[in-house]
Amino acid sequence: MAERPTRRRSPERLLTHKGARWVDERLGTANLARTALNKVFPDHWSFMAGELALYCFVVLLLTGVYLTFFFDPSTEMTTYTGSYAPLRGVEMTQAYRSALDLSFDVRSGLVMRQIHHWAALLFVAAIVVHLARIFFTGAFRKPREVNWIIGVLLLILAIFNGLFGYSLLDDQLSGTGLRIIYSITLSLPVVGTWAASLLFGGEFPGADIIERLYVIHILLVPAIITVLITAHLAIIVRQKHTQFPGPGRREDNVVGERMWPTYAAKALGLFFLTGAVLSFLGGVFQINPVWIYGPFEPAEVSSASQPDWYMGWLDGALRIMPGWEIRAFGFEIPNPFFPGVLLAGVTFGLLFAWPFLEARVTGDRAPHHLLDRPRQRPVRTALGAATLSFYIVLFLGGAADVLALTFGLSVNAVLWTFRFALLLVPPLVGWTTYQLCKELSARDGVPTASRVRVRDIPGRLRRGTPASEPAAGPQA
Amino acid sequence: MSSDSPKDGPGDAPSRLEDQPIGIDDRPALRSPSEQHPPQTGEAVLTKRGERTERAAAGCFTVSILASLGLAVTYWEGGQPQLEGILLALVLAGIGTGIVLWAKHFMPEDEVAEDRKPLVSSEDDMAAYAQDFEAGESSLRSRRLLVATGGGACAALGLAVLFPIRSLGPRPGKDLKRTPYAGGGRRIVREDGSPIRPEELTTDALLTVWPEDHTDAADAPTLLIRLDEEQERQFTPREGREGWTVEGVVAFSKLCTHAGCPVGLYQAEIGQLLCPCHQSTFDVIDGARPIFGPAARSLPQLPLALDDEGHLIATGDFSGPTGPGFWDRDR
Repeated sequence: MAERPTRRRSPERLLTHKGARWVDERLGTANLARTALNKVFPDHWSFMAGELALYCFVVLLLTGVYLTFFFDPSTEMTTYTGSYAPLRGVEMTQAYRSALDLSFDVRSGLVMRQIHHWAALLFVAAIVVHLARIFFTGAFRKPREVNWIIGVLLLILAIFNGLFGYSLLDDQLSGTGLRIIYSITLSLPVVGTWAASLLFGGEFPGADIIERLYVIHILLVPAIITVLITAHLAIIVRQKHTQFPGPGRREDNVVGERMWPTYAAKALGLFFLTGAVLSFLGGVFQINPVWIYGPFEPAEVSSASQPDWYMGWLDGALRIMPGWEIRAFGFEIPNPFFPGVLLAGVTFGLLFAWPFLEARVTGDRAPHHLLDRPRQRPVRTALGAATLSFYIVLFLGGAADVLALTFGLSVNAVLWTFRFALLLVPPLVGWTTYQLCKELSARDGVPTASRVRVRDIPGRLRRGTPASEPAAGPQA
Repeated sequence: MSSDSPKDGPGDAPSRLEDQPIGIDDRPALRSPSEQHPPQTGEAVLTKRGERTERAAAGCFTVSILASLGLAVTYWEGGQPQLEGILLALVLAGIGTGIVLWAKHFMPEDEVAEDRKPLVSSEDDMAAYAQDFEAGESSLRSRRLLVATGGGACAALGLAVLFPIRSLGPRPGKDLKRTPYAGGGRRIVREDGSPIRPEELTTDALLTVWPEDHTDAADAPTLLIRLDEEQERQFTPREGREGWTVEGVVAFSKLCTHAGCPVGLYQAEIGQLLCPCHQSTFDVIDGARPIFGPAARSLPQLPLALDDEGHLIATGDFSGPTGPGFWDRDR
């Protein structure tokens, strides 16, 4: 930093300086703080997704705290007397009643509820995009396998907590969802009946499920997510960021903007912009209008019962699965096991295992800090694209009834189409992606599957940063 | 430090910490002579004493195992709180004791010194930090308009998001200063709703009563006290409350003016009420004036009268807000 121009104006008098000295005399943090100030963040638009997820989580915490002041997670029955006329006099649980009150009778309640819901939707979406970015650029490779695993855990927790959150309100739709969750739990081989009974506190709907989901939703899972995010970020700081190859960018350096002040300001700005988008969505676009669904009645259901988007692939899998059940030795494996347990287990199992599988197949066990461009790795990219298309087909399959209704088709025909599409689309997408990668690489004049290739990413570098840029070490 | 156990053997120096061992073993009696130069590996040559200690530690772990099994069996058999507590204590104590024995007798005990560097950073480090910070700060400082408007925007946001706090509850209003007695003419009843005639009251006890139809009102529990003849002679009503007593019966709020606890203890012969929470004492004969403890105000009095059927009624609300004081009590 010595070469930078200095304009020191009696720093002793500055309040910030005095504060820094006060802290330093007690904690000895000057070097640490300086390291933080000078931490280098490589810049690329695709690096933003993880940050968005973090900011969505902050918005979830802020709005969620507000909601807890009013929501009553109780299955005690009451008669609705609030200001939503169509439901007045209707018997319902306190949970659903308080959700209606939040929507109609608590000032600022509805907007907070809807911002919370939108933030949950975008939280999972940002995590998925972030995961795709990490996957397609090979950022999961050694030494970052641990953070990949933490990331997949965060994805699972985000999906489950979203599901638990909208299941709390005890409206007709969420009750239907809980019933399906109950059936999936029940389908677990050997332990299913016990697991379902213990989780729900008896046979569906169970005496305790709302209260339990509430504690899990507002305390247990958020606490775990907070710890995991902290670990995730600490590991990023420890390992430093990955970067795309480019002039001056090597395996042994990080080229980008300093934390202070530019990156910090940009990050703060992005946080506010995330909040802005979520506030706009929460204010203007209705989400989960539970008053339309009515209170949960076990004997009722409406058509077009779709879950939140991140559960869509599971719901689609439940629909697309042929009607098979296995019975042997007096026991049975129920149908929901295959899409609901096996598919989900294989999905997340493969996600967890991917860094290790790839290292085994390629034999590449060297540490990597420079990212791949997706086209440089046609096989990985093709596999990733095929897998994504598999889940997109499942997701669309979750809307089979809506598609049939909208286009005046037979539901059976639509479902059969999805069954075939599920088998045909992924190989097609994979093959196309592979050819596309080859083609693009050929046009770049770069052979594929080369290890570390120093290449220029168009428009990424704004100034020729010297390779000797201090990478924010305490010794710098 | 015992001079007979020099720690200068090759296996003893904890050189990793670049320190010198300063204290050695201050419990030499616990060590058998052959352990004076303990091998670096854990496979110590066990003496008789060592064998005994090892058996003791293993015994602790075994007790813990058995207690855990016992805990499971206890649960299975229907559960029993005392037994569960004792067994869980045994489970944990077994593990804890076993580990401590293990550590004390079979793990190296060399004391080492770790340098304590001064916390405060060197002037060079501080200067480097300040320079890097100011490099960023100066780019903020040079945009005064942006700092002012940006700071203002954040402050305004902070202000705006405070407003939804208002959704948490209703305006306090006059609820604190009013009880269901307000308006007057309301009958005074027991917890079961039955009305009261003065002659039903004895002089040696107090009766807790409520305004009719409001026996669940938390701000209105009332003490009915019948004074004996001597006390009635001594009783001097406050100014303006001369007609508030009916046939030697007086009524006060049951809520202590200190922290709102019900004033539930009555010493009839001396006419004193005692609050069990913080021992505030009120003299009934002197208009329930506080005579001891932290309470600073008299218990509010309720104006009494009789209706046509001879039942006690309140002709109005208490002489002041019941319960603890609050900021705008007099406003």
